[in-house]
Amino acid sequence: MRRAGIVALNTFREAVRDRVLYNLVFFALVMIAASILVGQVSIGIEEMVIVTLGLSAISVIGLLIAVFIGVGLVSKEMDKRTLYALLAKPVRRWELLLGKFGGLVLTLTVNTAAMAAGLFLALSLVKQGTEHVEASVLVAVYFILLKLALVVALALLFSCFTTPLLSILYTAGLYIAGLFVTEMRNFQSETMSRALQTLLRWLSYLLPNFENFDVMAAAAHGRAIPGVLIAQNSAYAALYCAVVLTVAAAIFTRRNLK
Amino acid sequence: MATAAIEIENLTKDYPFGFLHLKKKTSLEGLTMRVEEGEVFGFLGPNGAGKTTTIKLLVGLIFPTAGTARILGKSISDISMHADIGYLPEQPYFYDYLTATELLDYFARIHDLPAQERKARVDGMLKKVGLETARKIQLRKYSKGMLQRIGVAQAILHDPKVVILDEPMSGLDPVGRREVRDVILELKQAGKTVLFSTHILSDAEMLCDRVGVIVGGKLRGVGAPDEIVGMKAQGMEVLFEYAGAAGGLQPLLSKATQTGKRYRMQVPEADLYATLQQLGSAGAKVLSVTQVKSTLEEYFMHLVEADRAQAPAVEVSGK
Ligand SMILES: Nc1ncnc2c1ncn2[C@@H]1O[C@H](COP(=O)(O)OP(=O)(O)OP(=O)(O)O)[C@@H](O)[C@H]1O
Ligand SMILES: [Mg+2]
Repeated sequence: MRRAGIVALNTFREAVRDRVLYNLVFFALVMIAASILVGQVSIGIEEMVIVTLGLSAISVIGLLIAVFIGVGLVSKEMDKRTLYALLAKPVRRWELLLGKFGGLVLTLTVNTAAMAAGLFLALSLVKQGTEHVEASVLVAVYFILLKLALVVALALLFSCFTTPLLSILYTAGLYIAGLFVTEMRNFQSETMSRALQTLLRWLSYLLPNFENFDVMAAAAHGRAIPGVLIAQNSAYAALYCAVVLTVAAAIFTRRNLK
Repeated sequence: MATAAIEIENLTKDYPFGFLHLKKKTSLEGLTMRVEEGEVFGFLGPNGAGKTTTIKLLVGLIFPTAGTARILGKSISDISMHADIGYLPEQPYFYDYLTATELLDYFARIHDLPAQERKARVDGMLKKVGLETARKIQLRKYSKGMLQRIGVAQAILHDPKVVILDEPMSGLDPVGRREVRDVILELKQAGKTVLFSTHILSDAEMLCDRVGVIVGGKLRGVGAPDEIVGMKAQGMEVLFEYAGAAGGLQPLLSKATQTGKRYRMQVPEADLYATLQQLGSAGAKVLSVTQVKSTLEEYFMHLVEADRAQAPAVEVSGK
């Protein structure tokens, strides 16, 4: 466990040195553009525009980092053979995976926090009304982070047994499917066989449910987000990550490094 | 018998390949050998012999198809074994965004070296492998030989009891080779066990207590370097200078090869003194007398050729 922490810090250092955090510049540009836009259009919806644009940008940028760096966390090290020296040391394979996961989640946390700070700054600049959207926005950002952790775990899992390109496709596919689980669950069709509908229903429970993490509309309108949902999402993300990482570790532990 | 530093039993590794991995290629076949504590053991073999495969199995990077191995009495699947071994991978590559100091510090943390000891240890290692001046340079800017050096440093950083080096001399300049030789000798002096693979026979002859020769995934011979080649001297080579007329030396000179005034000649060991006397009395100047023995190299070539000769058979059994 201590070793997983050391690996995590090094993974964070790698991300910083590889200039991953430079994406913040891009986010800043989005926020500036949003503020200008607000100046043009708004009568009373400034906050809504800023929050929607800001949260969307935080989510998209985070997803890109989570997927593209996530699939490379272990596979890149296997390709470059940087893992050889490390795994000959007293590091268990699961400690390495956990460290890599933790490192990228740490990177995403720092990155997301910086973007959230930018968002709040933009909000404070346009703020006129007495509405309090801050608390809801904070929860929305937290949910995005949970979602990102889940995506990283999935990317890591796929990269343990397939190529980076396929891993990206699988992870993206699961993410998109995970946005439609409710629809899948309630899907009714005359032409579809009963068995297939049951299968779909089961699948909808197995797939990572990404719908629950999306509270953008509530945040934009400053509606409070129920504590139950916060607890439920936290537990769901933790549990799902744990299961995915356990499977990943089981695969990676048996893997021959080429 | 005392526990060996490295004990390998019937170690076998197949690599599956082809459609659905139905075919397999045997890279290592029933390897059984021991490396005693405090020994420097050379692992010799041509390209593709299975040296790297064996070493990767030992350090747990790949898993055996059959067989077992123990290091210092602990199974290779036991994680605590890793605290006592040092490993230099073949053509090592490290995190290129780190500097040499940072890399060693990272590994020192992994090895749980106490904070106050870390800096001194890291500095000492960098000095030992001649990288003090490059310590603050990111590894992406390192040359091949410099990477090899940092690789050696990380392998011995934590003062392991067993050091396993996969081609430690490759990519090094003469100075670097010499330094690595010194490192290996130093390890031996300190009572460590060293297993290293190499193609460079002179290094093995110079450094090893014993060598093992592996060809085509099979161990073909183990023993002291001189034992394995059969120390039997094949004769003596005499180098002498002679400017005079052939005269009475004619029978001798006809057997020698001449370069200017110099002659080179091989005589059976039993005839050496008679020959020297003859040369002396004729006024020839003897420059050197050396023993001619079959070298490790010849032995090696012999094995490889023998293997080539039966290559078709090996190929069939591999499929
Ligand atoms: N990942 C792999 N998949 C399939 N075959 C492999 C793999 N790794 C090694 N081999 C095969 O195993 C055999 C032994 O390879 P190995 O790397 O152990 O040789 P070596 O003795 O280290 O050679 P060299 O002196 O060139 O380093 C070779 O025939 C090689 O093709
Ligand atoms: Mg090799």
